[in-house]
Amino acid sequence: MVRAGTAVVQDESFRSSRAKSRGAGTDSEQRPSTQSILSDAAGGVEGLGTNEDGVWQVLHSVPDPEIPVLSVVDLGIVRSVSTDRVTINPTYTGCPATQVIERDIRDALDAAGYRQVRIETVLAPPWTTDWITPEGRAKLHAYGIAPPLAAGQRTPACPQCGSVETREISRFGSTPCKALWRCLACAEPFDLFKCH
Amino acid sequence: MPSLPPIRPEDEACAQKARDHGAFDAPVEDHQRALFDYLLRLGDDSLILGQRLSEWCGHAPSVEVDLSLANMALDLIGQATFFLGYAGEVEGEGRDGDALAFHRDVLDFRNCWLVEQPNGDFAQTMARQFLFSTWQKMLFDRLAGSRDEQIAAIAAKAVKEVAYHQELAAEWVIRLGDGTDESRRRLADGLGWMWRFVPELFDADRVDAEMAARGIGAETAAFREDYDRRVRAVLAEATIEPPADQRPILGGRRGHHSEHLGHMLCTMQFLPRTYPDALW
Repeated sequence: MVRAGTAVVQDESFRSSRAKSRGAGTDSEQRPSTQSILSDAAGGVEGLGTNEDGVWQVLHSVPDPEIPVLSVVDLGIVRSVSTDRVTINPTYTGCPATQVIERDIRDALDAAGYRQVRIETVLAPPWTTDWITPEGRAKLHAYGIAPPLAAGQRTPACPQCGSVETREISRFGSTPCKALWRCLACAEPFDLFKCH
Repeated sequence: MPSLPPIRPEDEACAQKARDHGAFDAPVEDHQRALFDYLLRLGDDSLILGQRLSEWCGHAPSVEVDLSLANMALDLIGQATFFLGYAGEVEGEGRDGDALAFHRDVLDFRNCWLVEQPNGDFAQTMARQFLFSTWQKMLFDRLAGSRDEQIAAIAAKAVKEVAYHQELAAEWVIRLGDGTDESRRRLADGLGWMWRFVPELFDADRVDAEMAARGIGAETAAFREDYDRRVRAVLAEATIEPPADQRPILGGRRGHHSEHLGHMLCTMQFLPRTYPDALW
């Protein structure tokens, strides 16, 4: 669709700005080889490695644009990884973050030298919040978002004070995946990641 | 060039046998054409209702309601993106989802009349949403088992969201109907406006029949009773009498629309038509 055209352009600008920040910032100390990886990639050299572990590692570093504390792996949208393909499954049908996520993954793979790895989007079976990893659930809670209700759980625990005396304010929150709740004990409002 | 062999009686018998299977005897192009039409219907329903709901953005009675309407609009536009993108592939003439959404004129739209109806007030919007989402949920439940893998995948994904739309709209219908005199009057008016467009949802033509026969589409008549039962149950809880049946208005699936759709498309299509190279 039309956006594909923009994606290419923005990919380039994202890449160069990231390259700059990595070159200048503390990132470069932690990842001394980033600069050379980037120039290798730009020079058309095939990826440094074609091993799946390497690709997984890159994916673990790609945050969800709406909930940056989660990686795309934590979110469960990465369905499979092979040496030449990453398969992702979008969360909500109309989630605008989906396109950003694909672009971010492309950007990260390119930057790490995995230019030959394609990204494929599949719809079936549909994504479900059951695919959010246990680490992902813990990260959500620590970030202030109640993770999706577990089986048998009736109300979410307040991420601030832990009370389960909570009530729904609105079923639709700031993003399609969240509902707005309030804690009756500490009176703080909070987001609940909806079961889906 | 040798001439073709003469047609023997056993060939005729073989052809006759195939003809008994109905749709399978039709030329391949007709199959593709019917599938294309069917996908346009699905995609246009979602697109037009999504666009309608997005008109509420920034105008709803409260921020939570504003968010819920915008979220539903997003879900619906997401469905439209998938259905129309697939329709473009099936058509095979190089049109993508955007081309179908923004460069077709009103007579080429295949959505039902219900979704193009104006928002009116909040009660009218909720009446429309309730009548449509209840139907769409039942339809997608069945389409999730479609023999067409792509349709099955889109429906299975979308039905989880549509379940939410249906629930939310039903809750509002109950609150408004069983609310104040004012909210009750407005909901009754909204239902009165939308009621005559319900029969079209269950009106099947040749395309619907062929899609259902091939296991790609769903036979809407099969869930008409369920639908009526569900609608009546919610209205009973809302303490509202169902409106009297009116003369149905049909024709959206053949490109006959109310005057409202053209006006809406003017707004929706203005930018990509005026600036054909615009990217966003």
